[in-house]
Amino acid sequence: MASKRKIATCSLAGCFGCHMSLLDIDERILELLELVEFDRSPINDIKVIRGMVDIGLIEGGVCNAESVHVLQHFREHCRVLVSVGECAVTGGIPSMRNHHSLKACLEESYIRGIGVENAHVPDDPELPLLLDKVYPLHEVVRVDYHVPGCPPSADALWYVLSALIAGRDPRLPTALLRFD
Amino acid sequence: MSPDTRRTFLLDGREIPFREGQTVFDAAMAAGVYIPHLCHNPDFEPHSSCRLCTVIVNGRPFASCTQPAVAGQDVKSDTAELNEMRRSLTQMLLVEGNHYCPSCEKSGGCRLQATAYALGLQDNHFPQFFPLRDVDASHPDIILDRDRCILCGLCVRISRTVDRKNVFAMTGRGIDTTIVVDSPTGLLADSRVSREDEAVQHCPVGALMMKGEAFTVPIGERPYDRAPINEDSVAQFQAREARLHG
Repeated sequence: MASKRKIATCSLAGCFGCHMSLLDIDERILELLELVEFDRSPINDIKVIRGMVDIGLIEGGVCNAESVHVLQHFREHCRVLVSVGECAVTGGIPSMRNHHSLKACLEESYIRGIGVENAHVPDDPELPLLLDKVYPLHEVVRVDYHVPGCPPSADALWYVLSALIAGRDPRLPTALLRFD
Repeated sequence: MSPDTRRTFLLDGREIPFREGQTVFDAAMAAGVYIPHLCHNPDFEPHSSCRLCTVIVNGRPFASCTQPAVAGQDVKSDTAELNEMRRSLTQMLLVEGNHYCPSCEKSGGCRLQATAYALGLQDNHFPQFFPLRDVDASHPDIILDRDRCILCGLCVRISRTVDRKNVFAMTGRGIDTTIVVDSPTGLLADSRVSREDEAVQHCPVGALMMKGEAFTVPIGERPYDRAPINEDSVAQFQAREARLHG
């Protein structure tokens, strides 16, 4: 039997909805596990990619210093990198904050927000610094393929994954192409 | 047979019949050939501004929505190069505005989104602009969300030629172009617009919408959920032809 392809996944400024959609492939996940081995992923809680993986799936846009580091780590360790979902592809809903200054966003949440006590903007050094804006992945690193959708349907993700594993063109047929 | 009585032209190698005065676009759609378009609505005068319907006529590019059909001309439309240009134009429209499909009430009924699907667009390629634009929710029945406006000018044209109210106009130049409203305050609430106006019924995107009606048709049952825009546009055009000339 041919050696299994390795897959890594992560969520940056996303809601894990795309990962939930991946799990929605239902019993096909057994077929998938025959073909691939999961490296770093929230599904198995492995924290860093060891060596190179064949396919990296990233949901969510780039919103802070940590997401930049994780994204660069994925780019360095994934032969094929795929933007998964509207947030990764366009910035999506989190990028709605781009219409306001970062200061205004923080003050709205931590200073003037309803029910805020001991109002101050969190400044623990453990917290990753926020970027000025939320960016789609391809504005930060080179991305090989994009799978839009909020989330992309399980069928769309299955189509892309099985195409990439089999070495076929993973571009979606019109019937599976959705931006919402 | 002289070229004048032949009344056909070649479109991607296929012979297309036409009537005197028809455009290349009209003749193609009547013959069942979809040409991608955004600023054009066959019920109103063409504008030829979005350039998506560009075709190559005898070796030169023209907007098919305003190009008169001429007997014997050789027209190319469904070519790799033209479709790549159409994809790029659509991507530019998507990054220039704020098009959040997941939270947009127009999703599934939006011609920009449906055209992107038909062109197989999976990413926007260009950096997102995230422009700051005004939303006008002042009117009790109508909302003008400039974030979603693609400056097709349909509301401007229809308000001028059909409603005869001149409620909408475009101002500014280039990337600063925006839709303005004719009222003392610049707000829709103080303008002569009303919910019965044709101008507010035909926005191809979600820029002009009726309040309280956004989810009358649920997501999943909207026009482009039922049929892709290439099929829907041709079917609508042919039904219109049968109605007017059949």
